[in-house]
Amino acid sequence: MESRIDLTHGSGGRAMARLIEEIFLTAFDNDMLRQRNDQACFEVPPGRLAMTTDGYVISPVFFPGGDIGCLAVNGTINDIAMSGAKPLYLSAGFIIEEGFPIDDLRRIVHSMAGSASAAGVAIVTGDTKVVEKGKGDGIFVTTTGIGVVPEGVCISGDLAQAGDKILVSGTIGDHGTAVMVRRNNLSFGATFLSDTAPLHDLVRRMLDASPRGLHCMRDPTRGGLATTLNEFAAQSHIGMLIMETEIPMKVEVKSACEFLGLDPLYVANEGKLIAICDPAAAPLILDAMRSHPLGKDAAIIGEVQEDPNHFVQMVTAFGGRRIVQWLTGEQLPRIC
Amino acid sequence: MKYIEEFRDGKLARIMARKISAAVALREYRFMEFCGGHTHAIFRYGIQDLLPANVQMIHGPGCPVCVLPISRVDLAIVLARMPGVILCTYGDMMRVPGSQGASLLKARAAGADVRMVYSTLEAIRIAQENPSNDVVFFAIGFETTTPPTAVAIKKALESNINNFSIFCNHVLTPPAIKAILNAPEETVRIDGFVGPAHVSAVIGTRPYEEFAHEYNRPVVIAGFEPLDIMQAILLLVHQVNESRAEVENEYTRAVAREGNLKAQALMAEVFELRPSFEWRGLGAIPSSALRIKPEYDHYDAETRFTLPSIPVADEGACQCGSVLRGIIKPVDCPLFGTVCTPENPVGSCMVSSEGACAAYYLYGRFRNISHQS
Ligand code: SF4
Repeated sequence: MESRIDLTHGSGGRAMARLIEEIFLTAFDNDMLRQRNDQACFEVPPGRLAMTTDGYVISPVFFPGGDIGCLAVNGTINDIAMSGAKPLYLSAGFIIEEGFPIDDLRRIVHSMAGSASAAGVAIVTGDTKVVEKGKGDGIFVTTTGIGVVPEGVCISGDLAQAGDKILVSGTIGDHGTAVMVRRNNLSFGATFLSDTAPLHDLVRRMLDASPRGLHCMRDPTRGGLATTLNEFAAQSHIGMLIMETEIPMKVEVKSACEFLGLDPLYVANEGKLIAICDPAAAPLILDAMRSHPLGKDAAIIGEVQEDPNHFVQMVTAFGGRRIVQWLTGEQLPRIC
Repeated sequence: MKYIEEFRDGKLARIMARKISAAVALREYRFMEFCGGHTHAIFRYGIQDLLPANVQMIHGPGCPVCVLPISRVDLAIVLARMPGVILCTYGDMMRVPGSQGASLLKARAAGADVRMVYSTLEAIRIAQENPSNDVVFFAIGFETTTPPTAVAIKKALESNINNFSIFCNHVLTPPAIKAILNAPEETVRIDGFVGPAHVSAVIGTRPYEEFAHEYNRPVVIAGFEPLDIMQAILLLVHQVNESRAEVENEYTRAVAREGNLKAQALMAEVFELRPSFEWRGLGAIPSSALRIKPEYDHYDAETRFTLPSIPVADEGACQCGSVLRGIIKPVDCPLFGTVCTPENPVGSCMVSSEGACAAYYLYGRFRNISHQS
């Protein structure tokens, strides 16, 4: 096969059929794909279905700890899992820029297949388009996911109540820092790895510990912890008070963010979740999280409180208090 | 980095807070932190919570984005709209409102070539990559950002880069402090200053001695870490209690009395004093800003291009001027948090997180919330 993607790979002809056959079908192989229809048909399990879609654009495409492929699978699994649902099927759409190395594509697709099978989720349908050079940034991946919510589980961003506890599943800022460090070709004498991981199994364990104690759950991806907390506050019409000293963070991430002029509270995560729980259930849920490898650093970082202004406030490690605001514009380095 | 953590340590902060509480007498203490960097840190770490109620911090004008008057922003927009010009600027300046709601961001949306850069050297690179364009760097800042601008001019000269120039808006710290001290006493009483960190690393502590000796105000130079600021406040309280007025240096790890002589020499080589410069809020202050020396005027956008003379503009309902002089707090401005927010700034103090309005909005808004409508 040629070494780079060209426009014939998206033209619907033989080249495209071969690309699909040799790269996508072999990697994602499953019964539904093998039927080679334009859609996947499956039985719908009883209960409520959860559905989500997300487009992935990231530079660099390969970064320490992951790549756009596993990110696209894990990210969509996580969006499904945050409703409490068990993820079942994924679709995958690729927009590839002419000239993209086929070996890189193969690597990405293998990474997706590996993540999907590790998570027990099948990629059952997909699409590929090739765009002219200059009309895309290497490769864009879009995944859509479907899952089923267990009976009795009701999790939603508008259900936080005063008194609820705020939990985070582990160290924050790892993913965004790893990408920024790589993008700027920096080295701080430490390795920075993305935390990309599928969280549905962790969620299952949390639900087993307390099926009804979980009120809100979300993975703090773009915009980080600060953005997710503000979203909950706005959706639930409440305020929050968090303690900076309780927020799990790796020392090297803190240092790198300091150097890059970033606030780790706003840095993206790809394998962490924030849960807002009934105060009585919080210790049970926390224990359940800590018993799972992806939640071993979980912590209770604060509490929901009444607040007509819906402020997220933080007691700083220094001992003062401040607002943790929605992100305004891009995070920019200071100039003075 | 452990080194920095020590200056943010909660336990040390509590010890320091106790020392300050024990030191204060039955009177009010009003200290101005000149620098926007300090304002930012005070809000970001919630330092006000650790101070006794009778110690008040007044936020000074040391935010380069904030003090630039509308007329200079307007001139930058004029430059950006000129055919063939690429205007390079720091990110914050893009959003500063000029007159009639114009901004560099809007000029860019309308087709002007405005680029955000992180350093002057990046602007030089853009000039090298675009030989048929005229690249103008919108230089702002106090003494800290001035030496890099001088370096850029010298680099352009050495490398024979002729399509590069500077729109110079560098301003000086000591004349601004003097302007505040010369304001009528009833406008704002200040018992002492937390002196600039990085600026002092360049100019040293000597220029502040005048304020101690002639104006009888203590000055304590402090680093940007929260513990630095607390320590400086403690030293100021002691000075006030003992009726002393001296320049003390809390930031000895970076600041010497003579400052950075090399940086000063570089500045003196390339820049000269402007007879007078207009500051937002403070008005025209004599000898308070720098311009490029005639020997380098090829790199001076103000001589290279024919620029209109833009009169001092009215700030409208925005009260940045009073905020910058410490006369009102941001929440006292009727537009604060309603019409004027960081997403939609009406005045420059709401743009940069070193501006008092933005710092208040971003970090401190839960205080005095009753002031808001
Ligand atoms: S709140 Fe806005 S309008 Fe009011 S003084 Fe501050 S910047 Fe100006």
